Amino acid sequence: MSDRTIDRVAAATPPPVARKIRGLSDRAIAWIFVAPTIFLLLAINIFPLIWTIRLSFTNYRANRLTREPEFIGLRNYERILTDSDIWLNMQATAHFLFWTIFFQVLIGFTLAWLINKKFKGNDLWTTIIVLPMMLSPAVVGNFWKFLYQPQIGLFNYIVSFFTGKDPSSFEMLGQVNLAPWSIVIVDTWMWTPFVMLICLAGLRSIPDYIYEAAEIDRASKLRQFFTITIPMVLPFLMLAVLFRGIENFKMFDLVVQLTGGGPGSVTELTSINLKREAFEKWRTGYASAYAIILFVTVFGLASIYVKALNKVKER
Amino acid sequence: MSYSKLAAASAIAIAATGVASTAQAEDLTLCWAAWDPANALVELSKEFEAQSGHTMNFEFVPWPNFADRMLNELNSGGKLCDLLIGDSQWIGGGAENGHYVKLNDFFDAEGISMDDFAPATVYAYSTWPKGTPNYYALPAMGDANGWFYRKDWFARDDIKAAYKEATGQDLREPQSQKEMLQIAQFFQGREIDGKTVYGAAIFTERGSEGITMGVTSALYPWGFKYENTPGSYDMAGAVNSPEAVEALEFYKEFYETATPPGYTNSYMGESLDAFKSGQVAMAMNWFAFFPGLYADPATGGDKIDFFVNPPQNIAASTLGGQGISVVSYSDKQDAALEYIKWFAQPDVQAKWWELGGYSAHNSVLQDPGFVDSQPFAGDFLEAMDGVQDFWQEPAYAELLLAMQKRIHDYVVADQGTAQEALDKLIEDWTEVFEDEGKL
Repeated sequence: MSDRTIDRVAAATPPPVARKIRGLSDRAIAWIFVAPTIFLLLAINIFPLIWTIRLSFTNYRANRLTREPEFIGLRNYERILTDSDIWLNMQATAHFLFWTIFFQVLIGFTLAWLINKKFKGNDLWTTIIVLPMMLSPAVVGNFWKFLYQPQIGLFNYIVSFFTGKDPSSFEMLGQVNLAPWSIVIVDTWMWTPFVMLICLAGLRSIPDYIYEAAEIDRASKLRQFFTITIPMVLPFLMLAVLFRGIENFKMFDLVVQLTGGGPGSVTELTSINLKREAFEKWRTGYASAYAIILFVTVFGLASIYVKALNKVKER
Repeated sequence: MSYSKLAAASAIAIAATGVASTAQAEDLTLCWAAWDPANALVELSKEFEAQSGHTMNFEFVPWPNFADRMLNELNSGGKLCDLLIGDSQWIGGGAENGHYVKLNDFFDAEGISMDDFAPATVYAYSTWPKGTPNYYALPAMGDANGWFYRKDWFARDDIKAAYKEATGQDLREPQSQKEMLQIAQFFQGREIDGKTVYGAAIFTERGSEGITMGVTSALYPWGFKYENTPGSYDMAGAVNSPEAVEALEFYKEFYETATPPGYTNSYMGESLDAFKSGQVAMAMNWFAFFPGLYADPATGGDKIDFFVNPPQNIAASTLGGQGISVVSYSDKQDAALEYIKWFAQPDVQAKWWELGGYSAHNSVLQDPGFVDSQPFAGDFLEAMDGVQDFWQEPAYAELLLAMQKRIHDYVVADQGTAQEALDKLIEDWTEVFEDEGKL
């Protein structure tokens, strides 16, 4: 029996159809299988991207169907890049990104390291720790809104218990200096388990014999940690950072539920601002340019990061 | 003889059935915000269903999402709504973008006169361009931003004496904005029946329209104007006038010194909650909620009273309320127009008011018994005499979001000065009008 793909496909197909496809080459049949996916990819990803690029050079508004869009060149890009309010949104996003990733990696790795130790109730603790990640961001947002409530919120009472401050003397969601941290805390609470799981996978992938060899060489625990554990978990950790970075760059629901971008605009991340421009102000052309700028930023940063990740893996 | 009568009656009945069956019964969908008056409208519309044979369905969206949801629906040419009770500020976009059916010919044909409705409501809810006799809606729900307070607290001798001692004045319904702030500051942090209470619940919401509706309740009484000359879009000197700056500083002071802790993103729901939970002495909210507040068993009845937005330099209130429009994308426009014709009838308008809706029909408002019909009816009439509305331009959403940002940045986030906030607002609005080709 022939081992050609076409023959195997024909054998598994009803006779009338088999006769038709038996005349096709392997390459043709491969294209037939791949074509629907390519079509969907083009229709859902590539075409909208090209269309968005085109719209970004116009003053098109999706709520003014009767008004003919005009080509305005780079004006949208110029307005965005010279708008000080947008730079403030970028700063708010950078603050959120940096600190959430920092805390999630720090706490996530520590938790993974602890969970990786064999102790009684290990599985139960793992399940409890990953619970926040299973909740809907909208639910988490509302839930924490109550916790942060200055008069009845548990969070303020806990802080008050440890610091002696009056619980209603500070407002996590309402004060300019605290609100950016309030969203960092909630995102860290929710997504640290994700980082922990990835780190745990990394820790468990390290073969025991490497540690045994190090023990024989009389390497200290600290030395083992820095020369075996960290380097071997690093690719996993970098992957977690990549996932969380991309996710948090487009963070929307959690922050909208918690602060709505306020107070003022101090927690108005770029995704919230973009949504307002596109679907509340209906400046479609402007919002398209904004989206392209964000896309290029994320794509560029992610590309550099992936290259670094590959280098770490090769080591 | 009796047989012939029976035959005649049967013939009439058959004929009537035939006539009724030629007018097709439709399933109409009316879209509005999800709030107390919407429930009253469901009750009222049962009469229309019985009379017309049409079935009424309702799509009610919570206020914070109402504009987003409905404007998306209109912009996409959606057929979800046959009738829409849209916010007053949408009228410009509804008319210019072809979302609403122009109703002039229909009104003429059916003998519906706009002179039968309160002029302020016709101007605000129905006309575009503003003030011209081009009608895109029938005034459906008159509304304005008003105030309510704990009448039982205000009546207590110990509280009255403490207020007199603190201010040298009698505790009463505030007669000016500044007196209202003074009363709110007096209640702020006070112990009443062993519980700490606060001054007042005001609007500070950032996401939709909340803080703009709240701050305009201070700006308008100070004499704030959007333009120096109506229709000219010349805003410098009007929007950032010394009076406007003073009013904005006043609202910030109110927020900082007389509202409950954590009141940074609050609108209608939060105001109602704060009052009903006995947290505040006074609260601002739309008149639409007043029937429900009065009926509340815990804080309604003889514990509550109402007052119109106090004057400062002039008497003025922020306009709420909506007109009812026929959506141009609807396939059931005839049936929808039938609903409007039915709704415009004086007896239906009277029942609308009875059920908790705010009729704008003169036959209701000018009825000698109207003022005494509800404890807030007189205040409502007074408020509607001095209402002012936000821009109703097709680009209203952009204008509104700019104001939300600038005001919230200043009042809640404490960034910059009132003068800077209003100057930046003019820059934002100028950019919008330039994009619109109006400047």
